[in-house]
Amino acid sequence: MNSRLFPLLGFLLLVGLLVVGLKIADRKTNLPSPLIDKPVPAFDLPVLASPGERMSKESLLGKPYLVNFWGSWCVTCRAEHPVVTELARLNAVYIVGMNFRDESTDAIAWLKRWGNPYDVSLIDFDGRVSIDFGVYAAPETFLVDPSGTIVFKHLGQLTWEVVQNEILPRVANMESGS
Amino acid sequence: MKLRKLFIVVLTLTLSVSVFAQSAPVQEPMVFETQQQEDRFKVLTQELRCLVCQNQNLADSDAQLAHDLRAEVHEMLLAGKTDDEIKQFMVERYGDFVLYRPPVQQNTYLLWLAPLGLLFIGALILRVNVKKRAVLLESTTDEETGNQA
Repeated sequence: MNSRLFPLLGFLLLVGLLVVGLKIADRKTNLPSPLIDKPVPAFDLPVLASPGERMSKESLLGKPYLVNFWGSWCVTCRAEHPVVTELARLNAVYIVGMNFRDESTDAIAWLKRWGNPYDVSLIDFDGRVSIDFGVYAAPETFLVDPSGTIVFKHLGQLTWEVVQNEILPRVANMESGS
Repeated sequence: MKLRKLFIVVLTLTLSVSVFAQSAPVQEPMVFETQQQEDRFKVLTQELRCLVCQNQNLADSDAQLAHDLRAEVHEMLLAGKTDDEIKQFMVERYGDFVLYRPPVQQNTYLLWLAPLGLLFIGALILRVNVKKRAVLLESTTDEETGNQA
């Protein structure tokens, strides 16, 4: 082979790498969570609607539930809000809102303004629980099975496709299994 | 000559800009009990990735998450946790991706061993080329001496 073709070949290889890199670029924003198939991190947090009450991981054992991290400061949470509302209307799964790094007055105003899709909202004011969940962006959503194990995580805006293809089948599975 | 001077000027400017960009981590003041703790804090926050702005480490990033994770590292240091325990804490929550220095384990063998493989391939190519040239050189000198004789 003509050895003058080698630089061209090298260049084409680099272009190939670039194409592959661009193809998998959005996979980098959707990292697998090491928490899948692990027990839910411990939490014991005040309830947003009545701060005197608290709710813990233990009190939620025995039923599947969805943990949705949100904040009134989070624009994408507003964008996914209709999907969460639609899911809540189905009454298929208990939805826990984790209001993190937020002022309670802002959070309550936000729920009043846009509607409250959550069965309960808990206050994670300093974000400690969100760190235990490995949350690094908002919103993030976790599906927990009745034994308290995380079975699915979605990073970023919840879409109806994710609800239909990932969340609802898993919830149905848990109910038929138990 | 002029072009080279221009090149050096441009290079100096671009490099100095990036130096400024790097040296502006906004950090909250932190109190340590010992100098050793402070040194460990610096090393740890440089080796841990800020997951929001994925190409920055905890030391350089001004994201809210980086603030919180720095506070977390600080607290664990004061509580007497070892570096490994602190890294373990991060990996359990955020995965291996949080480490800038990937651990040697089954799914990173390729990453760690590939450079050796490339070196080996390079050595092979070099050997083949040197041999080829040696043969070529031999034949030409043979011809030359042949001509002279």
